[in-house]
Amino acid sequence: MAECGRADSSSTTHTMDKSITLPPDEIFRNLENAKRFAIDIGGSLTKLAYYSTVQHKVAKVRSFEQNAEVSLYEISEQEEVTARLHFIKFENAYIETCLDFIRDHLVNTGTKVIKATGGGAHKFKELIERKLGLKVDKEDEMTCLIRGCNFVLRNIPHEAFVYAKHADSEFRFQTTHPDIFPYLLVNIGSGVSIVKVTTKRRIFRTTRFDELLQLASKGQHASVDMLVRDIYGGSYGSLGLTGDLIASSFGKSATADKGFSKEDMAKSLLHMISNDIGQLACLYAKLHNLSRVYFGGFFIRGHPVTMHTITYSINFFTKGEVQALFLRHEGYLGAIGAFLKGAEEDNPNQYSWGENYAGSSGLMSVSPEMNPMQRARSGTFDMLEMDRLERQLVNLPLLQDPSSYIPDTMDLTEDALAREYWLSCFEEALDGVVKRAVASQPDIPEAIERSEKFRQKYRHKLQTLRQQPFAYGSLTVRSLLDTREHCLNEFNFPDPYSKIKQRENDMALRYYQKAVKSLEQLSWEQRQFALVRGVLAGNVFDWGAKARPWLVDSYDQWLQRLKGPPHKCALFFVDNSGVDIILGVMPFVRELLSRGTEVVLASNSGPALNDVTNGELQILTERIAAMDPVIQAGLRDDRLTLVQSGSSSPCLDLSRLDKVLAMVVRERQTDLVIIEGMGRALHTNYYARLSCESLKTAVIKNSWLAERLGGKLFSVVFKYEVPPGKPSQEDSSAPSTPS
Amino acid sequence: MYGRSEPDGEAAAAGGRAPSDGRTSNSTARRRSDSVKKTRPPFPWFGMDIGGTLVKLVYFEPKDITAEEEQEEVENLKSIRRYLTSNTAYGTTGIRDVHLELQDLTLCGRTGTLHFIRFPTHDLPAFLQMGRSKHFSSLHTTLCATGGGAYKFESDFRTMADLQLHKLDELDCLIRGVLYIDSVVSRGPSECYYFENPTDPDRCVQRPYTLENPYPLLLVNIGSGVSILAVYSENNYKRVTGTSLGGGTFLGLCCLLTGCSTFEEALEMASQGESTRVDKLVRDIYGGDYERFGLPGWAVASSFGNMMSKEKRESVSKADLARATLVTITNNIGSITRMCALNENIERVVFVGNFLRVNTLSMKLLAYAMDYWSKGQLKALFLQHEGYFGAVGALLELLHPS
Repeated sequence: MAECGRADSSSTTHTMDKSITLPPDEIFRNLENAKRFAIDIGGSLTKLAYYSTVQHKVAKVRSFEQNAEVSLYEISEQEEVTARLHFIKFENAYIETCLDFIRDHLVNTGTKVIKATGGGAHKFKELIERKLGLKVDKEDEMTCLIRGCNFVLRNIPHEAFVYAKHADSEFRFQTTHPDIFPYLLVNIGSGVSIVKVTTKRRIFRTTRFDELLQLASKGQHASVDMLVRDIYGGSYGSLGLTGDLIASSFGKSATADKGFSKEDMAKSLLHMISNDIGQLACLYAKLHNLSRVYFGGFFIRGHPVTMHTITYSINFFTKGEVQALFLRHEGYLGAIGAFLKGAEEDNPNQYSWGENYAGSSGLMSVSPEMNPMQRARSGTFDMLEMDRLERQLVNLPLLQDPSSYIPDTMDLTEDALAREYWLSCFEEALDGVVKRAVASQPDIPEAIERSEKFRQKYRHKLQTLRQQPFAYGSLTVRSLLDTREHCLNEFNFPDPYSKIKQRENDMALRYYQKAVKSLEQLSWEQRQFALVRGVLAGNVFDWGAKARPWLVDSYDQWLQRLKGPPHKCALFFVDNSGVDIILGVMPFVRELLSRGTEVVLASNSGPALNDVTNGELQILTERIAAMDPVIQAGLRDDRLTLVQSGSSSPCLDLSRLDKVLAMVVRERQTDLVIIEGMGRALHTNYYARLSCESLKTAVIKNSWLAERLGGKLFSVVFKYEVPPGKPSQEDSSAPSTPS
Repeated sequence: MYGRSEPDGEAAAAGGRAPSDGRTSNSTARRRSDSVKKTRPPFPWFGMDIGGTLVKLVYFEPKDITAEEEQEEVENLKSIRRYLTSNTAYGTTGIRDVHLELQDLTLCGRTGTLHFIRFPTHDLPAFLQMGRSKHFSSLHTTLCATGGGAYKFESDFRTMADLQLHKLDELDCLIRGVLYIDSVVSRGPSECYYFENPTDPDRCVQRPYTLENPYPLLLVNIGSGVSILAVYSENNYKRVTGTSLGGGTFLGLCCLLTGCSTFEEALEMASQGESTRVDKLVRDIYGGDYERFGLPGWAVASSFGNMMSKEKRESVSKADLARATLVTITNNIGSITRMCALNENIERVVFVGNFLRVNTLSMKLLAYAMDYWSKGQLKALFLQHEGYFGAVGALLELLHPS
């Protein structure tokens, strides 16, 4: 494995660790299908980008032509090809061996050109052309950076963060504002570039490092710098300049007789440069009236000392009006931009992309002393993989304030207790997940081997997250679940629950008519309660009759509302297969349709746990329609619509939904959103504020979480909310539809 | 520098005229000033600015002393006057900038010469010792002082020299001093000047500038650190920002990089060096201009950027390093100043402070930077008395308390 490393270790003197700790084929993945290369060569790091396709098993369901006795539908795992972007970062010392590796594994001979950017592109042009036989096509550095920045801001929800040295979690991730423009990009490489970015196209330009930073982190700048107190003896009160501000950088080195330690000088230099850059950035931000300033470049590169000094300086100069923002993937911006330039004919910007947690290394390197992880990383490779999503993702148009929407209820990055609990929880559940994965592919002998690889990968991710909770943005239950799904997919376990779901759906369907009949026999009021119970109970296997009041209980308001006029259209985010969807959700939907409310059922595009997928739901709904004239009429008259959420997660991010869903929601003037289940209504969206009425229901199936929320296991959350300013219509006179 | 010998000659001539003028109108002047005399503080008249690196002292030497006054004059006062005016250097580090002295100046009804003296702040104890030995405290009780040192060393003045400091805000003093000096200098080289054709080294010449209607102006004071003020009228100004990268940084870094120990030494080295051997230019990266963003090839892309390479480190001289330090610090001040001017919507910038003393290199660089990057919109102005305005402001406060 370490052939790359060994070959070059003698020539690199500045790296701490000279071996590559991953086999090259785990770094340069999917090279055989790679096309469109781009490379960004900086002063010390090279970033390589390529577009590739991944063959993946995907679970498909297909309705049998004739009513089969055996089972409801046919499950097949098919190979599907999806697009993936690979970005790899490594030290320049490895460039030659990496190029060799790529040449040896490059199959696609259609590739003729490699886009190149960065200061080193010039220097290595000849080498690249010789090694790869590709023509080097140079791209402007700043343009690439800006393109790259736009791309990550648009596609990676937790891309930007604020750095807070003394907070519990150093990284505070920001939800990206739906409109990313305008912003100021400050790139601190060997020089500093400050660019104002207003739209995709319009740009306005204004104007052995690691070792040094390590020195700096130990130094005391006050022995070298002349501080305000050195001149004033204290603070300069009338100007509000405190005594410990630097009045003259390096001012003491001219007068003091004693020598200075390297550490102190490095620290002083760092302060000087950081303050200076911060000040200039503020002046530009002020001049152009910008409040978002992103910092990138190798000077920052995840170094806590520089992030801290820059943050401090920005705060000082703008009195908090401007926030210094840093980017999780700042090192990749140039490579991403160069790549996008070369891939223009594939229209990468027309798609939505998602970070693949399984293939990406995540953010590393905090305090150098505290994190042995970082040291281990030096001399190794860093990777980012982005999957092209099948659909373009947009905000739910019904979010009250898209710019402040945060899907996740709990930020585990900031809540150490919760973090500890959930990480252990996921670790303990790993055996079960592995077992289920194997069971889902009984006829494939090598499934066991793959399942072990999955186990290793996911366990490693959990360990990483324990050390660096911020590796992929804010750590949340959602990100833990999503990471698991990505890892399962990575090892070709597209849908471990497929058979279980099939069995449960089959079972539940048999009871559908009976359930509907018994509901119809109830009085209107009794039926409403039974329907709600059905949705709640379907969500959990062993739910007994839970006495009201529930833990969160606005059932009375909901009932009152139902006595009023029907909703125009309800958007229902569904949860599990089986009893939940068939005996819980469908009767509820049926009642809504009967009331005159249109229904949009939103289900996952891809599988996650035992959640019903859009494909499955299509078949199930047809089956139910065959038994139930109400559902049939709904489908026929286009009053019941099935849409994909665009997600393959057991949780729900309302800011990244299928564009079609958003369109349907808008067209139908949706005035009620129903979100059910723990993943979608508790772990996420519990605090989400919508501009229309909403219903969030879940049974808390986790005793720790129940306790956190002040209840017991299987406590019920039934949260009916009416946005402020909208009458809840409680006072409407006689019930209109009850029969 | 550019005919600095001339002012002395002219001033001397002007000084020669003064006594005769004084004699003819002696009696009337005396009567007129009787009322002034009552509020007029007793001699000696000093203004002091104690900065992070240098102490600036202005001393008014009355030349219209009558015989009667001469007799009355206490011995201590006389000895101080003689000591200051008969020497141009004090101790090993104190210097009187003779070329800057303003002769035939009328202040509070008295005519005389304003002297400009400086010494390093670290020699303040020696100065206090001298004050003590010359019984300075017996003359009068308050000494107007500004700058951070007025605060820091207040107790030293009291305990070591029995002197009570009247502390003044340095920026108030600075502005007052600038406006005053500009208004009284009418002979000799213009107090205010600029560089014509700053973008063309061969045609770049110093030209006088009349600061008649000065407001609004951006005042950039480059001492150890830098303060940038937007001045709208004599009493209306604000500190826009500042930077710690100032003259102290230049000298400090030069000392570390070249082993020099004085400002003059550092400047001398800088004048012989070549910064392009140290700095990485746009053309070093792009092979030419970076046209897309309008950056010319000669622009500095990364100050000291070439020093990342071992071979280049080995090939640069100390003079190159000194020059690069000077250019880096100066350009940075230029950048910040330009942004401030844009933000404050001000077109005239006056640079003062002792960093510019005998530092034509920096002045021309600033003139160039202001002109080039603003496409001719901004004008960089300089003043002959560079670093002394704070001290002058302090003296004025003594004479005309605001």
